[in-house]
Amino acid sequence: MRYVLFTAAAGAVVAAAVYAVTVSGRAPVSAQDFVNLQQGDTIQMGFRRAHANGFCISGEFQASGELAAYSSAKALQPGSYPFIGRMSIAGNNPTAPDLRAPVRSLALTILPDTADQWRTAMNTPPVMAVATPEKFYQQLLAIQSNTVPQFFADHPETAHFLEWRSHYQPSQSYATERYHSINAFYLVDRQGKRQAVRWAALPLTDDAGVIADEEAPDALQQEFFNRLQQGPVRFDVQFTLATANDDPADATIPWPETNPQLSAGTIVIEQASVQQEGACNALNFDPLVLPAGFAPSADPILRARAAAYAESHRRRAREVLMQQFAGGANE
Amino acid sequence: MNKPQSYPFAMRVMHWLMAALVLSLLFAGLTMVKSLGPWQQQLLAWHKAMGLIALLAIVVRLIIRLRSDTPTLPASVPNMQQLAAKLTQLGFYLLLFVMPLSGYLMQNAAGRPLSLFGLPLPSLLHTDLALYGLFREIHGWAALLLVLLIVVHSCAALYHGLIKRDGVFRSMVRK
Ligand code: HEM
Ligand code: HEM
Repeated sequence: MRYVLFTAAAGAVVAAAVYAVTVSGRAPVSAQDFVNLQQGDTIQMGFRRAHANGFCISGEFQASGELAAYSSAKALQPGSYPFIGRMSIAGNNPTAPDLRAPVRSLALTILPDTADQWRTAMNTPPVMAVATPEKFYQQLLAIQSNTVPQFFADHPETAHFLEWRSHYQPSQSYATERYHSINAFYLVDRQGKRQAVRWAALPLTDDAGVIADEEAPDALQQEFFNRLQQGPVRFDVQFTLATANDDPADATIPWPETNPQLSAGTIVIEQASVQQEGACNALNFDPLVLPAGFAPSADPILRARAAAYAESHRRRAREVLMQQFAGGANE
Repeated sequence: MNKPQSYPFAMRVMHWLMAALVLSLLFAGLTMVKSLGPWQQQLLAWHKAMGLIALLAIVVRLIIRLRSDTPTLPASVPNMQQLAAKLTQLGFYLLLFVMPLSGYLMQNAAGRPLSLFGLPLPSLLHTDLALYGLFREIHGWAALLLVLLIVVHSCAALYHGLIKRDGVFRSMVRK
């Protein structure tokens, strides 16, 4: 009798542990599933599983203070604050040709190394094609199986994204693109009052740029590095305020151009370096690393991004660690 | 010297509170790193705060442990099992330091700010990808070791409590 009791109890402990671990693993789409899909069949050791091809930038954010009334965040009070950033193209291949990518990106960590830091990763499209992580996962599957037209046909919410894509002309420079937060956030003032916003980095130059070799994997990077030799590259950080008609949790719908728009300040890019040598390589531009004065919207894509970026960050950090061990052993 | 039959009250309370805390931290951790759900961020914030409290708790517990008289295992327990019990205890103390410390340090190495109830905490490391890799892997693998140790430890405790009934289980439950 005692033996039966004991075996049952011990069995229950083990079963409970195994059950808890496996059930959580059977969630609809996990962060690991996402990153597995995004990294593809060839693992690019030590690189980001998405937006692998890019470079580091740094400089200053000159805040205008125009949004200070809406948020207590230090980065939105008038002043000049350092940032570490990264420019990249979408895709898992660090040597993919820059000019072939459908999406370009600008990521920023303003006030790095402080509790006031504000991280943002922005892309060229102003909206998402679909509104949930599960559907975005399906979209990635459709891209891999060449069934994108069918996917778009089955998902009417992709209409705004398709409308944007139909007239989007990629430029000849990272310096002349518009980069969007896509997802919405809240600004929170000192009284705790919240205002839903989206933001975008808008170019402040009309110098179109010259591409030396259209097929070079780093064509845009070369152009940008050359451009910086002539002086800093600037972007205006423009906030759009939501009105009662806008749904902050749905990133597929553009907000009307009549919504109030305010300039938070100017991004002044002063330096750039290849990613392995730059400070941006160690950072994960997790859109949920927000200072007091900012809060995430209920958009489910934001949570999925945080979880997937963490998984990608874990994998590449492990690989770089192993490379350092191997390098140390060879010396 | 006369050894007590049971662990002192303070140690028994600490044992069961920490068991509950650490089990929830483990399950929260293992679930949140997979999930894309909307509650994931809330759980993560809770995990970090409770993880830091666990660090304080283990320091307090070690101090109480070093200052109190604890029961020895009955002579009926074979030597090998006595040794296994000592190693398990040592393993718990080690892992209960390694878990929160690696959690803290991996946040430092990732350049992420940490705070406890609004109080900002200092960063002890510079931002570095390989260092993040080191502490992130330690956090992940030490967690699995801890789960394993908990299973072994619970089985042994239940074996004493239900089969041998030799007072070992009782020593952590009652006076
Ligand atoms: C569910 C949707 C999404 C998933 C699963 C996803 C996944 C990822 C992953 C795994 C990375 C690599 C992170 C790292 O290793 O540090 C990444 C990078 C990036 N993502 Fe996303 N992403 C999503 C949506 C978006 C959206 C909506 C935007 C733009 C608003 C965006 C912009 C970026 C940018 C700019 C980077 C590069 C950041 C850098 O330079 O380090 N992503 N994404
Ligand atoms: C006794 C204390 C702790 C226990 C038992 C614990 C347990 C865990 C476990 C089991 C995981 C999942 C690991 C994996 O699947 O690889 C995890 C993840 C994590 N833990 Fe802890 N933890 C503790 C303390 C802390 C502390 C003090 C912090 C930070 C202040 C922390 C931050 C994290 C973070 C950020 C993750 C997710 C990492 C990622 O997104 O990749 N933990 N923890």
